[in-house]
Amino acid sequence: MLNRQVAPDFKQVSTINFIQPTHRTLSNNVPVYTIYSGEQDLVRIEFIFNNVNWNVEKPLQAIAVSSLINNGTTKFSAKEIAEKIDFYGAFFQTEYVQDQSTVTLYTLNKHLAAVLPIVKNVLTDSQFPQEEIDLYIQNQKQKLQVNLKKNDMLARKEFAHALFGDTAYGVDIQANHYDGLQRDDLTSYFKAAYAPDNCTIIVSGKFEDTSFELLNNGFGRDWEPGNAKKNDFSFSIAPKAVIYKERPDALQSAIRIGKLAVNRAHEDFPGLQILNTVLGGYFGSRLMNNIREDKGYTYGIGSGISSLQGAGYLFIATEVGAEVCAAALIEIYKEIEILKSELVGNEELTLVKNYMLGSMLGSLENVFSHADKFKNIHFFGLGYDYYQNYIAKVKAITAEDIQALANKYLNTEDFTEVVVGKK
Amino acid sequence: MVDFNRFTLANGLKVLVHEDPTTPMAVLNILYDVGARDEDPEKTGFAHLFEHLMFGGSVNVPNYDEPLQRVGGENNAFTSNDITNYYITLPSENIETAFWLESDRMLSLAFSEKSLDTQKNVVSEEFKQRYLNQPYGDVWLKLRPLAYKKHAYRWATIGKELPHIENATIDDVKAFFKKHYTPQNAILVVGGNVKTEEVKKLAEKWFEPIPAGDKYERNLIQEDVQTAARQETVKANVPLNAIYVAFKMPGRLNADYYAFDLLSDILSRGQSSRLYNSLLKEQKLFSDINAYISSSLDAGLFIVEGKLVEGVSVETAEKAIWVELEKLKSELVTADELTKVKNKVESVLVFSEMSLLDKAMNLAYYELLGNADLLNQESEEFLKVTAEDIKRISNETFGREQSSTLYYLTEEHA
Repeated sequence: MLNRQVAPDFKQVSTINFIQPTHRTLSNNVPVYTIYSGEQDLVRIEFIFNNVNWNVEKPLQAIAVSSLINNGTTKFSAKEIAEKIDFYGAFFQTEYVQDQSTVTLYTLNKHLAAVLPIVKNVLTDSQFPQEEIDLYIQNQKQKLQVNLKKNDMLARKEFAHALFGDTAYGVDIQANHYDGLQRDDLTSYFKAAYAPDNCTIIVSGKFEDTSFELLNNGFGRDWEPGNAKKNDFSFSIAPKAVIYKERPDALQSAIRIGKLAVNRAHEDFPGLQILNTVLGGYFGSRLMNNIREDKGYTYGIGSGISSLQGAGYLFIATEVGAEVCAAALIEIYKEIEILKSELVGNEELTLVKNYMLGSMLGSLENVFSHADKFKNIHFFGLGYDYYQNYIAKVKAITAEDIQALANKYLNTEDFTEVVVGKK
Repeated sequence: MVDFNRFTLANGLKVLVHEDPTTPMAVLNILYDVGARDEDPEKTGFAHLFEHLMFGGSVNVPNYDEPLQRVGGENNAFTSNDITNYYITLPSENIETAFWLESDRMLSLAFSEKSLDTQKNVVSEEFKQRYLNQPYGDVWLKLRPLAYKKHAYRWATIGKELPHIENATIDDVKAFFKKHYTPQNAILVVGGNVKTEEVKKLAEKWFEPIPAGDKYERNLIQEDVQTAARQETVKANVPLNAIYVAFKMPGRLNADYYAFDLLSDILSRGQSSRLYNSLLKEQKLFSDINAYISSSLDAGLFIVEGKLVEGVSVETAEKAIWVELEKLKSELVTADELTKVKNKVESVLVFSEMSLLDKAMNLAYYELLGNADLLNQESEEFLKVTAEDIKRISNETFGREQSSTLYYLTEEHA
């Protein structure tokens, strides 16, 4: 007779295999890291540029260049570029994040030779026509207006600005910043930053030697060096700050609280990830159990730790019913205090360990995920022993270790607390 | 190509297996053939609320999430107007845990009052977070009842209004479970590093003892053919004027579905698309413009929506949309344009095979459509579409009398 009350046997994840890249360089010394897999006949090529030459007077330079880079060259108009890429079923994407700007090409291999020259043209000959800049300014200002109506977006902006001030990590973009965009600033940033000496190429997929030759023929020559000075940062933990933006008609309040911590290069980082998981890093976390599953104050609450090249920080974020905002804040701080004063029980600790190992295994879904794992370490100067150490740490960490980390990093006296809505 | 094997258990549960030895993971996906369209008009939002209650413990397993996390697994679910879909991903060597958890909640829920009370609150907060406390968040709460007058698509999955969720009782929950959550009404897909024989044994062990239950016979009131243009104006605390035009189109199983999908791509997929170039870049009327289809099983909607550039009148913007639609009715799309959207679809289909979860979900959905193998024939179906097809369906669809137009205006312009 089937006994449904007894859980089936299971195993903790024992081995996790990472596909490591091969390292080559183009003729002009641009490094190319290839994560190879022959499953599908496709490839993703990422051209990654450091964000550089930060100028607080022109905070949108890097962002605007990233958005506008495919809007016209001396050879092609914006529409022609889009048509050429789309015709081959390829995808051309640009992304700006705090430390880097990335241009990504996704394509089936049969079209690689046709689309690479278009990408080369964009990366070396982008012109930033004034008409496109004007349109960008107009539409971005409209988007900003919509975003400023969203409580969670506003909380995010306020929080970043409180932690990082007027740096590339924290600058609080307003409409007038868009009005100040000048074509010269974009072209000069483009020349300085989108250059071979500031570029790392990461390829994932079925990338054969012949494809490397195509890449080298295109990007290994006729590409002027730039003039990039890497952004550098130093931050110190500010004293407790409480920021409250009242929205009288809010049905929900957005809460975002947290503080500076350490980034991936620090030895405490894996331990901090485990602490974060217990607190708010998965569906069964303490914050979710208390504030959603027990109290029903919210649709979701979570915590996270973010690793930037110049800083690390931890945060807790949620949107809660406006009438229960104060009660939710009390519960959040209560959960933090419990982590500092009490040991995590054995059952919970084992669960979290198994969950994290399964989650790591599951996060390596395909060749792109393997490439993402490489980027996580490569740009912090770390090697694959980082992951071996992480896995060992998850398996070995004790309740005492977690409590010590909680006391070291979760000092609420220097938390920044942002509430947008009502409280 | 997504290969699969298929068998049916004695109680009517369909099981599909997709073997993918390249991953150490497994997915267990279960689709229940029930969505918001099956709800009582006075108790809307119930299918989705019920989805939340599926995580509140089952008859033999008081907590669903913990045992799964303990074996390294994760889960989630979603509800649409047509279906409710649950999925688990976990290391394949622990696949039996997924069978144990998923079969117990098909057998029977715990029907806990505490869980119902909490999830009513959680779903109310979800309602606020996604629909009420966001700029333009309630558009679909307005657009659906404008476009549908009889069919159950006239309400959104979250429900018509908060009281419908707040008033749900445990008896409603029990009745819904009995009616819809039966083996005959579900499709199970197991994918990843598994073998069909092993899956068969586990399915027979955990799912076959579940009673078949009664077959739910769906009998929905279908929408009448729309014969007059509809228009509504809403004013709200938003910064920009917006316009939404919805046209009736056939359901998912209609032979023209693929042509409609490509038509929406021609209009708005990417920066080479027609609406983006004409209305946003050249005429500078919209700061944001999109066209897409609702892909619903019963007669669906083809939607064109955009946010207006400040200072542009709604009438001017609307007229410009119609000019683009009229072009599609009178002129054939070019061969290049058609090839372009077909190539794009081909890429998307290949890239989507990189996700095990997507493959499992797609198999379940296409099996619901009638045959999981349709998934592997999609590419050909798209290739068959001709420029004449695009022109023909444009003529059949883009008529004023079949349109429902919503002006969503800022209060300052009131």
